Amino acid sequence: MAMQFQDHDGAKTFGTSQGILQFLMRRAAISGLLMALIVLVVISALISDAFLSPYNLINVLRQVALYGIVSIGLTFVILTAGIDLSVGSIVAVVSVSTAMLLNIGVPVPVVILAGLAAGTAFGLINGLGITLLQIPPFIMTLGAMVMLRGFALTLADGRPIDVTSTANNFSWIGGANMAGMPVAVWIFLAVAALSFLVLHYTDFGRHIYAVGSNAEAARLSGINVPGTKLGVYTISGLLAGLTALIFVSRLTVGEPTAGTGLELEAIAIVVIGGASLFGGVGGVVGTTIGACILAVLANMMNLVGISPFTQQIVKGAIIIVAVSLEVLRRRR
Amino acid sequence: MRMDIAMNVHVTDKRPLALRMENITKRFRGVVALDQVSFDLQAGEVVALVGENGAGKSTLMKILSGAYQCDGGKIELFGKMLARANPQQILDLGVAVIYQELLLANDLTVAENIYLGRLPKTRSGLIDWNAVHAGARRAIARLGFDIASDAKVGDLSVAHRQIVEIAKAMSRDARIVVLDEPSAVLGDSELQSLFGIIAKLAEEGVSFIYISHRLEEIFAISHRTVVLRDGRCVAIAKTGDLTKDKLVKMMVGREMSSVYPDRQPRIGPPALSVQNLTNPWLKDTSLTVRQGEILGVCGLAGSGRTELLRALCGVDGAKSKSFTCGDLNSMPTSPKQALAHGIGLLPEDRRHQGLFIEQDLAFNIAIAGLGAIRRRGFLSRRAETRMAKAYIDQLRVKTPGPRETIGNLSGGNQQKCVLAKLLNAGCKVLLIDEPTRGVDIGARREIYQLLVDLADRQGLAIIIVSSELPEVIGLCDRTLVMRAGRITGELMRGEMSEERIMHAATD
Repeated sequence: MAMQFQDHDGAKTFGTSQGILQFLMRRAAISGLLMALIVLVVISALISDAFLSPYNLINVLRQVALYGIVSIGLTFVILTAGIDLSVGSIVAVVSVSTAMLLNIGVPVPVVILAGLAAGTAFGLINGLGITLLQIPPFIMTLGAMVMLRGFALTLADGRPIDVTSTANNFSWIGGANMAGMPVAVWIFLAVAALSFLVLHYTDFGRHIYAVGSNAEAARLSGINVPGTKLGVYTISGLLAGLTALIFVSRLTVGEPTAGTGLELEAIAIVVIGGASLFGGVGGVVGTTIGACILAVLANMMNLVGISPFTQQIVKGAIIIVAVSLEVLRRRR
Repeated sequence: MRMDIAMNVHVTDKRPLALRMENITKRFRGVVALDQVSFDLQAGEVVALVGENGAGKSTLMKILSGAYQCDGGKIELFGKMLARANPQQILDLGVAVIYQELLLANDLTVAENIYLGRLPKTRSGLIDWNAVHAGARRAIARLGFDIASDAKVGDLSVAHRQIVEIAKAMSRDARIVVLDEPSAVLGDSELQSLFGIIAKLAEEGVSFIYISHRLEEIFAISHRTVVLRDGRCVAIAKTGDLTKDKLVKMMVGREMSSVYPDRQPRIGPPALSVQNLTNPWLKDTSLTVRQGEILGVCGLAGSGRTELLRALCGVDGAKSKSFTCGDLNSMPTSPKQALAHGIGLLPEDRRHQGLFIEQDLAFNIAIAGLGAIRRRGFLSRRAETRMAKAYIDQLRVKTPGPRETIGNLSGGNQQKCVLAKLLNAGCKVLLIDEPTRGVDIGARREIYQLLVDLADRQGLAIIIVSSELPEVIGLCDRTLVMRAGRITGELMRGEMSEERIMHAATD
């Protein structure tokens, strides 16, 4: 605060860079989060020699990408004070159907488009239920979560579907590297950048914050509230579909149980990233850092050899601590 | 007609003291919010606590209620010195604070609310529902009202909810009741019954601290007035010895010749015209407002005045025989369509209908007219800041800057931002519901001046709905009076008086 006044003259000269910095700081209370991430990285590097190896770091980034994409979709939803529990199940359905399509020889571009379209359609259905039928988001997406999981299991007959067609370049999405980084990470970065642009530089983005902040005031301000909600659930579905494609490409298998618990992981990431479940507060930068924090934490615990069971205890505790710190910060 | 409600309660000077607050000081992070404030309250006395927003009224009451601890000073309650106490203990000692935003559980019944947290039990440890309902009925009957004890609070009118709050306080044997702006949510007849209750309970020895921005009420109900300014107590006087001008001068610390600015109306062609507007709340309502005109709409709560504005800007559906506003020739079917044709609503309930409380000023101002800050297809943060700064200057919004969170601003400054939002959206017809609700007197004058400038200089058409008749008389060129969804009177400037308006509103 004090800086703002002292640098009154300087602000004009360095207007943009300072503006962007201030913007980032304010938008998602980034400073504290970033500090937490840096501390975590330093601790990890000290504890384990393997942590900073390029191979390991790329592994971490791949993890960030996978969870990050879904979490960004969920950020859109949570910003409107909504919730989407169906993303994990959407991943499963799209995974299974993608593997099946590849196995019957459908061309890769068509498969990709079909996967994205399916995810989008599921998201759209969620949105229609929530806006047209006015079903509470929790209930609508809970129903969708259970149904789609059943749908995936039925399609695959309960078994993983191996991608058998050898002559495809599908594995490029999840497996290949580009300029030294996994393609999946590039995809994540593109999604994050595009989402940032949408949220902060388009009418739709403003409308999302407005609807989450105060839906009635948004309506009176001439905003199409149902349209905005429809948009965010559709985006969430689309990004879940995209995640499924990366899953299948990486693992070359369509798992009907893929993405189990993914929705909860993603909610945790969004909330650690500083978003409020009451809407109107949060953003892509916070969510990205949230995804990094959870990924680094999991990686560190793996490297040290902490059992997966204990890891869950730690992860749960982190969620509660992160949110209570945020609550304390707001109260001050 | 708040002036007519005079209370004939005589307080002798020999009553016991209910409360004495002495040299109360409170600092927030080094900023002095209260500076050695002292006042006392006798049993059965009604003391008005007045001051602009930020003068320290609510801080003082929060110290009394135990929500804050004071940094210095003494509190003597019913003859006993009060050490540190938490809100529950203060409540148990007989002090009840009734906030503007009532703290009732809307999904529970009247009886449950009255006994919330202390439901009487039978010997077997279960809730004694007979005792609950009987006690609740007694508490409400004592106030001279008839509200079903098993009614859901959410289904009651705001006025009745307030009665329930008071009944709750009384059933806890409250001997000091603080009323924080009770009139903000009440119509005139409801206010009269509230005043009746206050007078009745005061005679029974209950003391009241009455906080209000509306000076007429203070003259109508209080015995003494305590004036706070900038955290200091600047005057304590018998209300009967004060005049409105004196009181205003003490509150703002400067002379205020008139709250209402001079008008130089230049009334142009019709800006909005509607014939036979009908929906469940309105019956064949017709009106025309012209460019540069300020049109008042008066009526009791429930007369359809708010519903009229809501229909005109497409919030509630309505049918009409004809509708004209610029190039729009049919009723707007959504606020979006209304805004696109320059019709904007400044709603009654700022917090729930007007503000995006977590967002900054610039966001709040820009949101209804994002086209103004779009550059090459994308929203420009720089253009947004510049636009917001221009409105902050034009409307004299007091704020550290356009990136301040709007929730941190005072009511008057928030109101200016909501107005800026409509101006930025390009509105030519402003529908303003209660322009100065929850706005202190200094900022009120500024808002009046703004509205007058918008009409007289920029030729905007303004419709003001207000329950404060002096405001309507002071500002408007013409006034429509409503009753039961119909327009029952039309008065030109010069013909308006509180009597004539009330006559048309109640007959």
